Amino acid sequence: MTNTIADIEEADVILVTGSNTTENHPVISSVVKRAVTRRGAKLIVVDPRRIKLVDFADKWLRQNLGTDVAWLNGLMHVIIKEDLHDKSFVENRTEGFEELKAMVEKFTPEYVSEITGIPAKDIVEAARLYAGARAASILYCMGITQHVTGTDNVKCLASLAMLCGNLGNRGGGVNPLRGQNNVQGACDMGGLPNVFSGYQPVNDPGAISKMEKAWGVSGLSDKPGLTVTQMLPKAHTGEFKSMYIIGENPLVSDADLNHAEECFSHLDFLVVQDIFMTETAKMADVVLPSCCFAEKDGTFANTERRVQRVRKAVEPPGEVWEDWRITAEIATRMGFDMGYANAAAVFDEITRVTPSYGGITWDRIEKEGLHWPCPAADHPGTPILHTEAFPIGKGKFFPIDFLPPAETTDDEYPLYMTTGRVLYHYHTGSMTRKTDGLNERAPESFVEMSRADADKYGLADGDRVKVASRRGEIEVLLSVSDKAVDGTVFIPFHYAEAAANRLTNSALDPVSKIPELKVCAVRISKAA
Amino acid sequence: MDENTIIINGNRLTVQPDETILETARRNGIDIPTLCHLKGAIPTGACRICVVEVEKARSLMPACTTPSQPGMVVHTESPEVVVSRRMSLELLLASGNHNCAVRKSDTGSFTAFQLEVQKYDNTDDLCPVWGDCELQDLAYRYQVSGEAFESTAPRYPMETVNPFIVRDFSRCVLCGRCVQACNDIQVNNAISFGYRGSDAKIVAGGDRALKDSDCVFCGECIQACPVGALVEKDSRYVWRPWEARKIRTTCSYCGVGCQLTLHVRDNRVIRVTGTEDSPPNNGSLCVKGRFGYSFIHSPERLTSPQIKENGKFREASWDEALDLVARRFTEIRDAHGGDAMGVLTSARVTNEDNYLANKFTRAVLKTNNIDHCARL
Ligand code: SF4
Ligand code: SF4
Ligand code: SF4
Repeated sequence: MTNTIADIEEADVILVTGSNTTENHPVISSVVKRAVTRRGAKLIVVDPRRIKLVDFADKWLRQNLGTDVAWLNGLMHVIIKEDLHDKSFVENRTEGFEELKAMVEKFTPEYVSEITGIPAKDIVEAARLYAGARAASILYCMGITQHVTGTDNVKCLASLAMLCGNLGNRGGGVNPLRGQNNVQGACDMGGLPNVFSGYQPVNDPGAISKMEKAWGVSGLSDKPGLTVTQMLPKAHTGEFKSMYIIGENPLVSDADLNHAEECFSHLDFLVVQDIFMTETAKMADVVLPSCCFAEKDGTFANTERRVQRVRKAVEPPGEVWEDWRITAEIATRMGFDMGYANAAAVFDEITRVTPSYGGITWDRIEKEGLHWPCPAADHPGTPILHTEAFPIGKGKFFPIDFLPPAETTDDEYPLYMTTGRVLYHYHTGSMTRKTDGLNERAPESFVEMSRADADKYGLADGDRVKVASRRGEIEVLLSVSDKAVDGTVFIPFHYAEAAANRLTNSALDPVSKIPELKVCAVRISKAA
Repeated sequence: MDENTIIINGNRLTVQPDETILETARRNGIDIPTLCHLKGAIPTGACRICVVEVEKARSLMPACTTPSQPGMVVHTESPEVVVSRRMSLELLLASGNHNCAVRKSDTGSFTAFQLEVQKYDNTDDLCPVWGDCELQDLAYRYQVSGEAFESTAPRYPMETVNPFIVRDFSRCVLCGRCVQACNDIQVNNAISFGYRGSDAKIVAGGDRALKDSDCVFCGECIQACPVGALVEKDSRYVWRPWEARKIRTTCSYCGVGCQLTLHVRDNRVIRVTGTEDSPPNNGSLCVKGRFGYSFIHSPERLTSPQIKENGKFREASWDEALDLVARRFTEIRDAHGGDAMGVLTSARVTNEDNYLANKFTRAVLKTNNIDHCARL
């Protein structure tokens, strides 16, 4: 997030898109709802489902799946045409405005309406509302990124914010809500193929020699590595020999599971480190048991870049070790000594080699976490990014044209399907599905469908149905719901036994390599 | 006299704009007891515990809703105030099953009362929040026994039909904090005041069970309840404040990073509460953070390394498992190069865990093939 969670309460207008906030980030949804009910902020929700937040919204725009670039360009078209943009911000802090203007020229409300199904009038009104705010905050989540055009979608959101001067200000910003507790930290710590910790590029000679010195090694590779979605095909062809998977369960969360399963089975050697025998662990040659969050010390970085303490509360069961200790021990046995006394010693090393964490110590975050960048011991941390300038100097507008989603419906697969989470479960369910109460509230997978579609296909609430895509088939319960809109169904992806990702499309965004989990075409029929 | 000051208990204090007497007092370390007051919500003045004497005013004033006006002279513990507070407390204690033994324990009526309560509670344990109750604290502070008035029998049966929250109407003092927590803080709008007079009750929807209402089981109401009327089902009678160790940590589910407190007894987490007065959540949690902790002690947890032989897992020692992994990784790296290997680290584990996975991949395997499931 460019801004903090508390800062959302300062906004006059909040635009939420691709985030079912009340179920996925409940505590942030309360901040949004408070801004609306107690401070009179205006809420714009752009979402294909009638999610709970719509009850609090001034405007709900219901776009066709995979048409986000179109409505975003539409808003910018109206804002520029009606001269509502922040001229001094555009002048002083950005570049590429003319190119953007030329691109959005053709995205008239009428044209956008044709693509997105959003009435032209709503495009105009939402544009005026957003541009008219003193400070407007944008919140988004996987509904924006899990598309073949995910990177484009995010760039359009950034352009919209810059156009109205909504970056670097209180109550503004472009705020991705991170799905998992430490996604931010995993990225910060170099859990990415192209960067060391602190986003230092692996192909930068300066960064390489710095890390070689710090780690006491030579010959670090300067070739950016592969993303998870690129590793799998290599496993399939046999180019990839081994994988070491720490605390992930890609065999429920990945797109097009049937294919992913096959890829893993072609590996020579698979090591999985986890707290449970997950679907992925079952395929491993060696499974290493690790501590859960309540059994170890350390830090997490939350979605607002706040580095916070994790503290050991209980002893782990049986012979279970912390993840870092297991990794260090493998390294040591491979002849690279990684002896650390404890997690605090690891954190010390992190702060020495990671500039944005340089000023953080466990002592400083004992009571309250700090927002990185925090480069020095006397630096207060950075709650709001880009207040003075962008890291690259001027913010660049990217003119982006609309492209349809990778898969569309046809006679055989006439319905669109999208995926997500429900309130009571978390990701692949390996933790939440161990709590009886959560299971009682959300016991099994379902497909959510509108009343009109149910009638059209002769189905009723509670029917067992077969959902098939071009890649696979699952059986689930039908739930007729007013959250769903005609022509689009929704399935949560938590349930391994009826995994929604047996159906999803693994077509990738060309830049981020994120699969298009949010759109595919399916057909639904009564189960025999 | 100074324009902008008031006098509380003889101390001259500067007033800030739009401040109540309660706020002025608390800011200056003067304790005025409250019961219905909930931080972050709009004060209601319902319970009358916070009444104070304001010189020249005709009656006692609730400190939580009365603005501090320059020139006021306030007494927070005058005899008149204490009499009023004791009366309020007597009424509250008589209104329900407050069996925390503040009462004189030598009379027959006490025993009869305890037996009635035990029947309602279906246990012979004392109140589940004994030692963690604001009403009990106040009764002790003002030495109120609860016998001044006849106890009234509970009007509504206990609600236990959802997996997370027990609603014990017999102990509800109708302070309204849960309603504020639900509507003003979490904005879930699931509960409200229902019925009138002595039938008053906190109701969900049109007086339905919580599980059939708009309730999303965030548990904000439990944390707001000053008494034992709302209690976590799994912690009831298991958690006692003097037995539990408290450890503050960060929630392990979503990216909000809520600060929470794990309550531990006998090496088990037996309750989770939100950490008050700390960002980013200021005490709020959601159903996963507050109630989704059983996985920690699940019998399905892995407890030893496992090695697969002929398609079947068998237990192994750490030495054996680590040696095998180190040997195979070394062989593959030396035969095919590090670029034939990959590491998936995790958005679930700590920064320290992730950093070492990053170091291991690059410095030991000599490849940059490391990623995690942020994309999924
Ligand atoms: S658990 Fe949450 S939603 Fe349910 S009544 Fe309590 S505060 Fe409201
Ligand atoms: S349930 Fe608790 S918080 Fe709610 S009104 Fe009763 S005593 Fe107050
Ligand atoms: S309590 Fe809920 S909202 Fe808070 S971090 Fe945990 S999962 Fe997220």
